[in-house]
Amino acid sequence: MRFLMRKLMTFISTILLVSVIIFLVFQILPGDPAEIILGVDADPHQIAALHVSMGLDRPASERYVSWIGAAITGDFGTSLKYQRPVADIIMERLPVTLSLSLFALGLTVMIGLPLGIYITRKDGKLSALITSIISQLGVSIPSFWMAFILILLFSVTFRLFPSYGYVAWSEDPIGAIRSLFLPALALAIPGIAVIIRYLRNTLLDQVKMDYVRTARSKGVHSKAIMYKHILRNALIPVITILGLLIADTLGGSIVVENVFALPGLGSLLISSIGSRDMPLVQTLVLYIAFIVVTINLIIDLLYKVIDPRIQLKR
Amino acid sequence: MKSLKKSFAIMLSSLAVIAVILSGCGSGKAQNTTTANSGAPNTNQSTTGGNTSTKMQGGTVRVSMSTEPDNLNPYLSAATDTNAMMDNVFDGLFEIGETGDLVPAIAESYEISADGLKYTFHLRKNVKFHNGADLTSADVYYSYAKLAGLDGQEPLSSKFSSVQSMETPDQYTVVVTLKSVDAAFLAANIAAILPKDYEEQSTKPIGAGPFKFVQYQTGQKLVMEKNEQFYDAKRMPVLDKVEFQFMPDANSAVLALQSGNLDMVPGITAQAVAQLGDAFNLVTGPQNMVQLMALNNTSAPLDNEKVRQAINYAVDKDVIIQTAAEGQGTKLGSNMSPAMAVYYQEGLENQYNHDLEKAKQLLSEAGHPQGFDLEITVPSNYQFHVDTAQIIAEQLKQIGINVKIKQVEWSYWLEHVYGNGEYEATIIGLTGKIDPNEVLGRYESTYKKNFYHYKNAEYDALLKQARVEMNESNRAKLYKEAQKMLTDQAVAVYIMDPSRTTALAGNLEGYKVYPVQKYDFAEMYYTQK
Repeated sequence: MRFLMRKLMTFISTILLVSVIIFLVFQILPGDPAEIILGVDADPHQIAALHVSMGLDRPASERYVSWIGAAITGDFGTSLKYQRPVADIIMERLPVTLSLSLFALGLTVMIGLPLGIYITRKDGKLSALITSIISQLGVSIPSFWMAFILILLFSVTFRLFPSYGYVAWSEDPIGAIRSLFLPALALAIPGIAVIIRYLRNTLLDQVKMDYVRTARSKGVHSKAIMYKHILRNALIPVITILGLLIADTLGGSIVVENVFALPGLGSLLISSIGSRDMPLVQTLVLYIAFIVVTINLIIDLLYKVIDPRIQLKR
Repeated sequence: MKSLKKSFAIMLSSLAVIAVILSGCGSGKAQNTTTANSGAPNTNQSTTGGNTSTKMQGGTVRVSMSTEPDNLNPYLSAATDTNAMMDNVFDGLFEIGETGDLVPAIAESYEISADGLKYTFHLRKNVKFHNGADLTSADVYYSYAKLAGLDGQEPLSSKFSSVQSMETPDQYTVVVTLKSVDAAFLAANIAAILPKDYEEQSTKPIGAGPFKFVQYQTGQKLVMEKNEQFYDAKRMPVLDKVEFQFMPDANSAVLALQSGNLDMVPGITAQAVAQLGDAFNLVTGPQNMVQLMALNNTSAPLDNEKVRQAINYAVDKDVIIQTAAEGQGTKLGSNMSPAMAVYYQEGLENQYNHDLEKAKQLLSEAGHPQGFDLEITVPSNYQFHVDTAQIIAEQLKQIGINVKIKQVEWSYWLEHVYGNGEYEATIIGLTGKIDPNEVLGRYESTYKKNFYHYKNAEYDALLKQARVEMNESNRAKLYKEAQKMLTDQAVAVYIMDPSRTTALAGNLEGYKVYPVQKYDFAEMYYTQK
């Protein structure tokens, strides 16, 4: 209980700190939001009208306090650009990012784990070499490039999947899967590569442990040793990696969402920074901080499930 | 043994995957070389839309848009992309024609009084808004009152600032009285006419244009459908539906066109032209933009006319067009594109032909025989301008001017360079306007954003005179003189009007190029071969 309390305090202070930093950064950045929204050829009359409607005539500290005060009660303000409640806009985009990251996570786990185990079990010299080459490529290829290759291959050449856009689950579930497959794959490939590397390394470490030798000498089948004993011990670092991956994608994968023109949180963040839409940017960053901190907490708790010996101290 | 076999299998399959990926790249490259010819400059249309094709009724056009609308209300929006989209929903008393001329739309005819102060517009009688209401003089009154600020609120457009009063003698006549003669006023009448007392234009826009607004999904698309009740049978749309898809990434838009997920991509790069090839219609035309290197006319040594002329002689515009724009651009000599046929002063583009000797001589006359240091500020989000800056830097080095290129963020550029005029030299593209006063008025000493810091009483007088000159050919003469003045005094280095290429599906026809960014979907149709 004390552990949870402490975690909660860290959680709140982290988020407050993030909100202050973000607010300050955007005060320092040059650029008048009204001018950015309206462009080079804006009429001075239009700019003046927009200033007043944005409330930009008030001092910065006053704007921060009123924003953070309202945020606590669940009111995140009105977007300057869309002229709608920020919370509504984010809730509208959340399903896209959520399904994309769950899809990517699913692919990562379903492909990465079995492949990692398979490769370790058949650990020949050649397969080790090939694995390390492929996983090295998977880690180092930038995701936007991977995305373009996937589009070129699956959309332009074979015409199997649409090259952009998002179809809502409620409209057409199969269309939704089709529209999310390529972006999810582009996101999953680096994840798969990372998981294979980590899993292989930790599995190979575990195989050398004394308990494996003991199990083997008792005559336990090698498959049982692998899945009942070794895997459980090897999963801890893998779960840490998975957690980071979820945190990454739940905040919206900026690059992949841009390439596939997905209306998720990543592309929303980019466009709102571009238009200096402060209420929206602040809330989005706050949301991302919230996700990262929460996932970390969940991972800490999961460690305990996997390895009951772990004490939940700090 | 067994494991060796398996590892071979893995190796082979992974090789196969790599091969497929590589072949994917390869085919893209192959297209590059075979289609390079068709992408040559001045190709107006590929041959696919030949005479054998027949016009098809209906169909949906999916167009990519790189930015989202700033505001759906035409009076509150200023973004070029937004205007280009929503122009299909809204009609004005006039619409812009292909040469920048004014084509009567909601207005059937008009008269201007002898003193140039009274404009009488006669409206068409069968015009209906998308909500079914008749468009009458009351709607025009309501719309113009908002624009001119006659409704007691902040005026929404400075183009209507010369309006003094309006009268509506009957349902289909509007009389506008101006405070003073304003030759630019007629062109202002392209402003959208909105239905009276309807205040939800920002969320559910209603106009009288050829297409009806259906929905806008932020981050995804904006959909319009054919207006079956459109007033002009000649301009009646053929297409059923237009979908603007918001795609921030230009490369994915071109790939989407290639994969058949899009039908039209405006403003593609020269590289994409080569990538697309024969299966698509590529329409290239001037976009009425003036790409220039603006010089701060008050910052030493640029305050010396001879120094500015020397820079003009040292910059080789042809090289810039060939490299930065890959040949897709029209050389300029003053702040006006030839797309503005009526007002464009010919010949100025050759006034400063590349001449290093002359440049050096002018520099020594100005007291800088050894050259000087110059900082060019460029907005980093426009790669095209950054490339241009790099070429100019090399060219200016030859006369001893050491250029430092400073790349800045767009918002920084807007505030410090464009807003406050704190810079030495900068490269930017000024988007076209159909009224010459808006184009050349940027150099008036009273213009708020005269970031050249150009001050010339003679020039101011010339523009003032042109504004009240009602005779079209005399007016054109005055604006031509103004252009000459800018070139003679070398206020800036006028580089080019970069061409704009729009890619369309092979069977999509009827796309027209306008001197402003305008997509007239009422003119477009699919063909069947």
